[in-house]
Amino acid sequence: MPDLSQARRSVLEGLGSSDGAHGALSLLPPISRLIFRGRISTIGRVAAAFGVEPAMEPCRAAVSGERAALWLGPDEWLLLAREGEAPAIIGRLADALAPLSYSLVDVSHRQVGLKVTGEDAQAILNAGCPLDLDRHAFPIGMCTRTLLQKTEIVLWRVAEAAFQLEVARSFAPYALRFLQQAERDL
Amino acid sequence: MLLIDCPFCGKRPELEFRYAGEAHIARPADPSGLGDEAWGRFLYGRGNPRGMHAERWRHLNGCGRFFNALRDTTDDRFAATYKIGEERPMVAEPQGARKA
Ligand SMILES: [Zn+2]
Repeated sequence: MPDLSQARRSVLEGLGSSDGAHGALSLLPPISRLIFRGRISTIGRVAAAFGVEPAMEPCRAAVSGERAALWLGPDEWLLLAREGEAPAIIGRLADALAPLSYSLVDVSHRQVGLKVTGEDAQAILNAGCPLDLDRHAFPIGMCTRTLLQKTEIVLWRVAEAAFQLEVARSFAPYALRFLQQAERDL
Repeated sequence: MLLIDCPFCGKRPELEFRYAGEAHIARPADPSGLGDEAWGRFLYGRGNPRGMHAERWRHLNGCGRFFNALRDTTDDRFAATYKIGEERPMVAEPQGARKA
């Protein structure tokens, strides 16, 4: 199999991060991303092989060390790990899950990660995201697919004033510019 | 904004959802044994009631799952949402309910 990780260049190269008066927008370095889909009965084995127990509670992320498992649907999780680890993870999960049926897709290059931080992070996102992002309605550790203006994102609150976004690669420049504009407009 | 209660994610803005037609329409077990008229009814015959309507929705930009909902077609209020495979819940028709 060709090593795609060697061919990796950010779609946001040249756009750069920004640090405004209301919040900072930063591009996250490349990581490994896998979409796992399977029945609840497979989750014990995923936890053992991946090292993170995927959350059963809807819209919650489980984190252990540098790995995370984000609940996206009742049988769907987004697994995050360090750059370059995807092939090894796929191998370990395949061993652990045989002969159960499941789906595991490497989407490392499909999405890029953005981070919005600062006191007004919530307001910046709400310029294009219709969710209630109050910390009681959207607490730390909550994650979900949702919308940012015209594009779908995965939104994850990693701290009181920090959100991580996963955006489709081709929409990333749009999402970044939209957020920069929202920050300036506050 | 109208909030729709996804059976998996809870109350979410309507922008994240897509309508997916009338609910509880079972595909005939033996399509080739049906006449044209019966097959046509399965494909195109819909209740289109004025009042409570059982329909499929999909939480497209959320958990991605299909579910069923009871919605009043006269005022767009959702009376109930429930998972695929569950019985249609009993919901009282509002006062002066209009029959189809
Ligand atoms: Zn949902």
